[in-house]
Amino acid sequence: MRRLLLRDLALAFRAGGGGLTGLLFFLAVVAIVPFGIGPDVKLLARIGPAILWIGALLAALLGLDRLFQAEREDGTLDLLMMQETPLSLIVLVKCMAHWVSSGLILALSVPVFGLLLNLGPLAIGATMLTLFVGTPALTLIGAGAAAVTVALPRGGLLVSVLVLPLAIPVLIFGVSATQAAIEAPAAFLTPFLILIALNLLFAVLGPLAAATALRSLED
Amino acid sequence: MPLCLSVEGLAARRGDTLIFRDVSFSAGEGAVVIVTGANGSGKSTLLRIVAGLLRAEAGSIRVAGGDPQRPDAVDTRTETRRDLCHYLGHRNGLKTELTVFDNLAFWRSFATAPSRRHGLEIEAALEEVGLLALADLPVGVLSAGQQRRAALARLLVAWRPIWLLDEPTAALDAASDAMVSRMIARHAASAGIVLAATHLPLDLPQARALAMPGPPRREDVGGDDVVWLDAGQVDGPGAAP
Amino acid sequence: MSDTSLTIRRFADLANPTRFLALSARLLPWICWLTAALFGLGLFYALTSAGDYQQGETVRIMYVHVPSAWLAMMTYMVMTLSALGTLVWRHPLADVSARAAMPIGAAFTALALVTGSLWGKPMWGAWWVWDARLTSFFILFLMYLGLIALNRALEDPTRAARLSAILILLGFINIPIIKFSVDWWNTLHQPASVLRMGGSAIDGEFLRPLLLMAGAFTCLFLALHLGAMRNEILRRRVAALRRQAARGALTAGGPA
Repeated sequence: MRRLLLRDLALAFRAGGGGLTGLLFFLAVVAIVPFGIGPDVKLLARIGPAILWIGALLAALLGLDRLFQAEREDGTLDLLMMQETPLSLIVLVKCMAHWVSSGLILALSVPVFGLLLNLGPLAIGATMLTLFVGTPALTLIGAGAAAVTVALPRGGLLVSVLVLPLAIPVLIFGVSATQAAIEAPAAFLTPFLILIALNLLFAVLGPLAAATALRSLED
Repeated sequence: MPLCLSVEGLAARRGDTLIFRDVSFSAGEGAVVIVTGANGSGKSTLLRIVAGLLRAEAGSIRVAGGDPQRPDAVDTRTETRRDLCHYLGHRNGLKTELTVFDNLAFWRSFATAPSRRHGLEIEAALEEVGLLALADLPVGVLSAGQQRRAALARLLVAWRPIWLLDEPTAALDAASDAMVSRMIARHAASAGIVLAATHLPLDLPQARALAMPGPPRREDVGGDDVVWLDAGQVDGPGAAP
Repeated sequence: MSDTSLTIRRFADLANPTRFLALSARLLPWICWLTAALFGLGLFYALTSAGDYQQGETVRIMYVHVPSAWLAMMTYMVMTLSALGTLVWRHPLADVSARAAMPIGAAFTALALVTGSLWGKPMWGAWWVWDARLTSFFILFLMYLGLIALNRALEDPTRAARLSAILILLGFINIPIIKFSVDWWNTLHQPASVLRMGGSAIDGEFLRPLLLMAGAFTCLFLALHLGAMRNEILRRRVAALRRQAARGALTAGGPA
């Protein structure tokens, strides 16, 4: 299992891997927002956490469609399905690797991007924390959609369409926990705990759904 | 009870076409079964079904003596069979970005402790397929034949009793063909079972041929090779609006 | 050839859709008439009942809006049951049922959204507000569209059915969470300034046409669903026949 995690990470950060593309995309989203809404520093600071969250959501979707497709193309998926280790556990480990190469990197890059949006230290800290806790759920939901679309040659767009409605609760509680931390620290804990609960729920549902979908491919 | 794989009355379909049916054979320890048949006769499908990657339309696959804890048990579960089989498909299951060594180390690390113990060390397996000198090169730079040999080495690093080989000699030269024959013979000699689909005559005395029957002819099945949306029933009582 | 198991299986598989076609052919006209009758009665009461003193004539939108919202949710329930049928019992009719229900559910959801928006204009002064219920339905609509898109992308109907069944179930578990999170989000951003219909007990004057219309919509769903299922079965038969004809030509023309 540790091997699988390390292997997926090595593949993600190698040339041609999706690891740093997500970060670049995140940067592009953050950079483009001020052009859309104007350079008003106060406004940017107010909606900054939300922009970072939306950017992270979109960036996490990048490369999700390749999560199983790459394995399927070179025949690895067949062999992974024939291991003694349950397939859902293998999916979970692959999700962890994807999260490290997308969500974790994005959360760690918030201090830099937060400055671009004129966020204060508290806002940066809160966004980092909520992204750190919330992005695994995005990957886990995405794994289900990625498994369902694995046989489609152009499944990438469909993954986004399928994931976004399911990801709305994560976005809502992620952003409201961040806002609460900045504006009213007393109200922070509830959405934050719900965010963690969502994570745990999808840590069960996502791999189970993905494993069932992969097993039912039967081509 | 020694290991025994028996397949009875197996049928498979792709879409709504019956590819084959009534495929039966049984293979005990040391058996080498060469699956022969025309293109599209379902050789790959048969191997994938035995591997537990596809569902059979009908028929049963039983493994006896697969579990050393319960030597008398006969098992029909797909999960058990999956763990007993090594499958080598058309695709090699190797990551082109990683080195040959890393690829094999990955698959070896996935195996259970007993199958690792019975399997070869990575260097020994590479020696066997003649790739030791290339161990530290990424798989992507190897030739197609070398990649195939690396995929064959995967079968050696973890021991599993049943080998399911789909065109194992694809892209291999004559010398490597002989190497595959040797590998198969040695595996059979060590109480394994080999089920291989290949066009090439392998130089093995104990090999038996299993000829795939080919797609059922139309008059045999009377048009009922269409699933539940049976063509013969369109004019039936329920179909008229 | 001793292939009894094969024959029995195929017979069992075949019996269901054929019986279904026969049964639905007999039921469908009755359901259609019932739908028409209920719609006639429901619309009569809906248009002749007194308007609400507060909302005026616009309250009549409710008689379309509320039933279509109910049906949008019921369709998802039907799809969830079908998805269970597909995954657990591998029943071929369940595949057909789920697939046939998707566009109907999307249509009811769209109807609920449009009528909600029309109702909202005089009530809230805007065509669209991010009211909790409208937003939840908007997300439900997106989920329907995603499922339809997936089904269009997958060619093999069996595989499409199993994969959409997984998604339907995933969505089903998520619907309460989405509903809850949208309510949370809404109260956070819009403190109760929105006029709500619920809460106050609905008068009998409104209740009668509402129930009649709900019945009419349910019958409409049944009629559409049965019809769509029949079409789907027939479409698959045509496809199977075509493939068989192609194979027949191949065996006749090719070498023996």
